[in-house]
Amino acid sequence: MKKLTALLLAGAMVLGCAGCGKGGADTDEKSEGVMTYEEYAAAALDSEVVVETYVQAKQSWYEDKATVYTQDKDGAYFLYDMACSEEDYEKLTPGTKIKVTGYKSEWSGEIEIIDATFEIEEGNYVAEAEDVTALLGKDELIDHQNEFVSFKGMTVEAAGQDADGNDVAYLYKYDGSGQDGDDLYFNVSLDGNTYTFTVESYLCDNTTEVYNAVKALNIGDKIDMEGFLYWYEGVNPHITSVTAAQ
Amino acid sequence: MRRRRRSVAGRAGFAAVFLCVCAAWLAGCHGREGYAPYEMPESFDETRDYEITFWAKNDTNKTQTEIYEQAIAGFETLYPNITVDLRLYTDYGRIYNDVITNIATDTTPNVCITYPDHIATYLTGSDNVVCLDELAADQDYGFGGGKVRFDGPSYDELIPDFLDECRIGGRLYALPYMRSTEACYVNKTYVEALGYTLPDVLTWDFVWEVSEAAMAQDADGNYALNGQKVMLPFIYKSTDNMMIQMLRQKGAGYSTDDGQTLLFNDTTAALLEEIARHTETGAFSTFKVSGYPANFLNAGQCVFAVDSTAGATWMGTDAPLLDISADKLVRFETAVLPVPQFDTAHPQMISQGPSVCVFNKKDPQEVMASWLFAQYLLTNEVQIAYAQTEGYVPVTYKALNSGAYQEYLAAGGWDNGLHYDVKIRAAKLLLDHVDDTFVTPVFAGSASLRDAAGQLVENTVKSVRRGQTAEQLDIEAMYGETASLYRLDQLGAQRGGMPAGGEELGRLPRTSVILLASLAAVWALILLYAVVRLAKRKRNRR
Repeated sequence: MKKLTALLLAGAMVLGCAGCGKGGADTDEKSEGVMTYEEYAAAALDSEVVVETYVQAKQSWYEDKATVYTQDKDGAYFLYDMACSEEDYEKLTPGTKIKVTGYKSEWSGEIEIIDATFEIEEGNYVAEAEDVTALLGKDELIDHQNEFVSFKGMTVEAAGQDADGNDVAYLYKYDGSGQDGDDLYFNVSLDGNTYTFTVESYLCDNTTEVYNAVKALNIGDKIDMEGFLYWYEGVNPHITSVTAAQ
Repeated sequence: MRRRRRSVAGRAGFAAVFLCVCAAWLAGCHGREGYAPYEMPESFDETRDYEITFWAKNDTNKTQTEIYEQAIAGFETLYPNITVDLRLYTDYGRIYNDVITNIATDTTPNVCITYPDHIATYLTGSDNVVCLDELAADQDYGFGGGKVRFDGPSYDELIPDFLDECRIGGRLYALPYMRSTEACYVNKTYVEALGYTLPDVLTWDFVWEVSEAAMAQDADGNYALNGQKVMLPFIYKSTDNMMIQMLRQKGAGYSTDDGQTLLFNDTTAALLEEIARHTETGAFSTFKVSGYPANFLNAGQCVFAVDSTAGATWMGTDAPLLDISADKLVRFETAVLPVPQFDTAHPQMISQGPSVCVFNKKDPQEVMASWLFAQYLLTNEVQIAYAQTEGYVPVTYKALNSGAYQEYLAAGGWDNGLHYDVKIRAAKLLLDHVDDTFVTPVFAGSASLRDAAGQLVENTVKSVRRGQTAEQLDIEAMYGETASLYRLDQLGAQRGGMPAGGEELGRLPRTSVILLASLAAVWALILLYAVVRLAKRKRNRR
């Protein structure tokens, strides 16, 4: 009996260690001909890349093209307009492992894979948000581009002004030119520096918790956030969760 | 400050559109009734209340949103019985897709900002869009009509070239709202630093030559011109316009008026090869491949940035709208010139910009209310205010010749807001070249052909960046793939598929004949089955 207990404990420890990475990935050994994240990061722009990665969130599907946030235990891959049937799109639930073949590209600072195809593989991994608050304003932040990240204890600042000249905590579109349902832009500060964050409406529309949480923000609120570290001419996180700072 | 990336729903494939339109048409057989051509009532019933929807497009510009809201407020003050609900979009593709979807459910907007290319599709098989000829000419409710409660333009005060762009099959299906063209925004400082003098009208050869000269690098890999690691000397925003204008300037084929595709020709191939050669050196790229031309221009990483005159407020060191951080901004002198030309003596450039159409409804009075609002958008208050938001030009002489607009033009450079110099020079560029503008033929599928023209350029650029040389490009294969992708091989069958109800329509397209014949056959079989069953029952009773 003792032997059996010891065996079970040992097994549990092994499984526990395997799950220590980020959120409990299955083994993340790459198949033959598939790049590691390191190799992907080193690959030249416009070169063909083959990666195995895990769906973290879906942004949109139209006309057999899907835009998807993915990540493995070493880094993230943003898949823009990947060839995808509507039927397959439904299968891309968070954690789904996919093998992607496409071209590494850069658009306004965002590194992504375009003109890609994919196949679903066995495996599952959902990344835990990595706290990058301390990296805001630092060059190292870009090393986490597209990853699922968190920001802690930031203060909501005025995003702009309404028609009456009153400060507001968020704007529809970057300049307030939009309407309910459009992207939300809001400013948060830390240590005297202010950053603009976004609720990307294709990723989180106006029926989602985060969209409505941002609409309920007040200037001065202290908040924690999670989201994907998207890039557009600089860091432009796509926020998926906003809660009161712990 | 961020502008949204290229649209998610930017392109509705021809097949998808065709299916939706077919669905709408079939729905007309088994549910909603298809619309008959609009018949204008004798008078507008002002005792009733109306609620109409207006789908508008802005350029992610807060002032434009405010002007729409002010226009609605002004109109509702004049017509308290009409309520206008505004829905905003930032790209035409999304409006197009949503309209197509809503045609099927009979929930189209009342008034919609659009392009004639799109209207041609909306009109496939049904009078979804109101023909405006009778309304416009009406003495009471037409342009300058006696019973209209605002000081709108008369028929003669509409700029004829712009109005003609809204005719499909000879009929008026939209009103021009704003007009723009493309401009080449040039870093003049860089051109002169390279030892060149900027001409009044750019040639393609000049642009290519200067762009290649800008690629010189030092031993550390920095570009000599800007001292940076990034240099994309020539970036084009709308590559469909690029190809269309190049072909027009060359006198080469693009399409016939009735929708025959001429795009895939030898001139196109030669132009693609030229584009490929300059992509190979890194001298050329596109918005879809690299990013907004304005961002590269303002960061000192671009010499020639081609974009709409309606994008002028983003261009230049002092641009009121910026997407890059202040520390990346580089100071330089901006020149605003027509797009490059092959024949500088006869410049040719695209005419573009939003138009407004009115959707057909069961209630003719509701359509009248919509028409009045559409017409209100042509008043000086709206025209001048909206034109000032970007490098747009009003579509009426009434606005153009007004003291307010002329004063605005004269005040270019007074400040970097309303009178931003680059923006006003962009508007003047179009005003100086109205006679040099053109539009492409409109037919069901013309939007797809336009997309295909751009796709050829994009595919060329991508292929070369991925390692192919200009010589290795298989242009014939690219033609085949592009034609197939955009179903241009099916366009022939749609040719002539213009508005319903018109005498000019000629014979039904073959696909429609097949569809109708199939439906007739199905009904005949159902009928036959019913008759046989009835006969059997009668026999059994006996």
